[in-house]
Formats: sequence, structure tokens, C-alpha cells
Amino acid sequence: MTLWLGLLIAALAVYSWKIFGFMVPHTLLDNPVINRIATLLTVALLSALTGVQMLTSNGRIEFDARIPALALAAILLHLRAPFIVMVAAAAAGAALIRYFF
Amino acid sequence: MSRLNPLVTMSLGVGLATGLYGVSFGALSTAAGLDLWQTQVLSLLMFSGGSQFAFIGVIAAGGPTAVGAAIVSAWLLGVRNGFYAVRMNPILETLGFSRFVAAQLTIDESTAVATSQESLPDQRKGFWLTGAAVFVFWNSMTLLGAVLGNALGDPKVWGLDAAAAAAFLGLLWPRLRERQALACAALAFLVAVVTTPSLPAGIPVIIAGVVAVVVGGFNLFHRQTEGE
Repeated sequence: MTLWLGLLIAALAVYSWKIFGFMVPHTLLDNPVINRIATLLTVALLSALTGVQMLTSNGRIEFDARIPALALAAILLHLRAPFIVMVAAAAAGAALIRYFF
Repeated sequence: MSRLNPLVTMSLGVGLATGLYGVSFGALSTAAGLDLWQTQVLSLLMFSGGSQFAFIGVIAAGGPTAVGAAIVSAWLLGVRNGFYAVRMNPILETLGFSRFVAAQLTIDESTAVATSQESLPDQRKGFWLTGAAVFVFWNSMTLLGAVLGNALGDPKVWGLDAAAAAAFLGLLWPRLRERQALACAALAFLVAVVTTPSLPAGIPVIIAGVVAVVVGGFNLFHRQTEGE
């Protein structure tokens, strides 16, 4: 499958949730278990993506400059820094560590 | 105009703030191997930050062969928009074409601003204003980020791989208030990292989704909060 086709399908797949929510009756999703799983699904996927992006490269586990950079990001998040500042600081942190070591 | 409507100010502020991380999306998307047009089409058509970051994250890890896993990751991360839509539907009462537009604008920010308003007219106004503001800023800033990202060259030298991880952490952070969410996040993190060497790119992230189904389905790690 080409990347173009893939991203169009993915966009449609994401849209399908949005339009689905406008079509179904309110009571269908009024279930605590379904609500809980939906909330935790977001948490689990974002956490998994953080882990894979932070600790793996080309299908291997790799510890490098990304770890201190993410520690810095976590501190900035704790201090309620704006998203863009936190992301830029993580990039700059990793770049500087790679430049000097 | 004699004074600025606080709802307009809020919507524009949220739009601007979201647009700022649209810059990082644009830059990271080109670093992941998408071209400028593919990046821009994602922001226009998918228009959901978490799903977009997930899509390019899996492509960055596995290349174009991981596109199937990228689709599934983006789709699963979009599930919360469906729940927002269920909440917005009785507020907006849209029909016909405007319902399809409303669906596209149903994201974290528009729902949050709308549901924080007291009166029904303000809830509607908040939804449409914030949705439109985020759409405009998110897309224009994606373009800016993609142009910048293309000009940067090797993403590792600029620490863009760390920036991508930080972007996911930033999206995750506000959702970690409860013990159950924290435990689920920790397990998912571990499962995804540990299974990465033995599975095709993108699959570990989907397997981490199973963690959420198990933890949520059996209500594991749940603790009654004080005052409940």
C-alpha cells in the first residue's frame, strides 16, 4: 500500500469515529466500562508511542540522548511550560548532548 | 468594537496555542519521511493531533511498509473524538451538511471550550469558534513546520527524534491524574518497548492498546478517590 493511500484511509478512519458519534443515540455509549476503556485506550497508546519513540530505533531498544531530553521534557511539563517550549527544549537538549558527547 | 468578547478571546487563544504545536507536527512529519503535501493533507483531513502524531510516529519507526499499523494506531487514538461527538450532538443539533463539518471539528479543544460554557448559545458558539480557530491555526502552522522541517535536514542532529517522544509525552501528561491511568500508562509503555525487537514496527503500539482493554474491562488498579 502506498503512503498516500494509507494516509487517506487513516484520515477516513479517524473521521469515522467523529461522524459515528453524531449518528448513534446518546444511550448507546452510556456504559461505564466502554467509557473507561475508551479513556484508557488513549492513555495506553500515547504512552506506548512515547516509549517506542524514546527508547527504540530501527526495531531495537536503544538508550541514548533521548532519555535525558525526555527527563527535561517531564520537568517542563510538571512546571506547566507551554507545549511548544517543552518540545523545543527536548529537541535542543538531545541535539546539544549529541554535539558535545 | 468596544470590548472583546471573552468567548472569542478564549477560542482564539486556544486556537493559537494549538497552532504552536502544529509547528512541531509539521516539522516531525517531514522528519518521519512524509513530504510537505502528505503532511498538509493529514492536518486538513485527519485533523486530530494525537492520531496524526501516531500515524507519523509509526511511519518514522517502520517506514512506508508500516502503513497498515500506522492506520490502526491513528484510528484507535481517534476513538475519544467519537465520545466527544456523542456529547456535542445534543448541544449542536446540527443537520445535513453542517453535521459533517461539525464532526470534522469535533476534537479535544472544541469540546473542552464548548462544555465549559454555561448557556446553550455560548456552548454552540464556543464549539464553532474554537473548532474554526484551531482548524485555521493548526493547518497554517503545520505548513510552516513542514517547510522548516524540510530545511533542517538530518532529524537526529536537531534532536527531532527526542522532540517526537516529547510531543507524545505532552499529549499524555494531562491524562495521568488518576492511579488507574498511571498504571495503565506504565504497563503500556513497558509492553510496547519490550515487544519492539520481536515485532514489526507499529504492532507493539497496537498491542499496548490491549492493555487498556484489560485494565479498563476488569477495572484493575482502581482506587476510590477521597470524598466519593
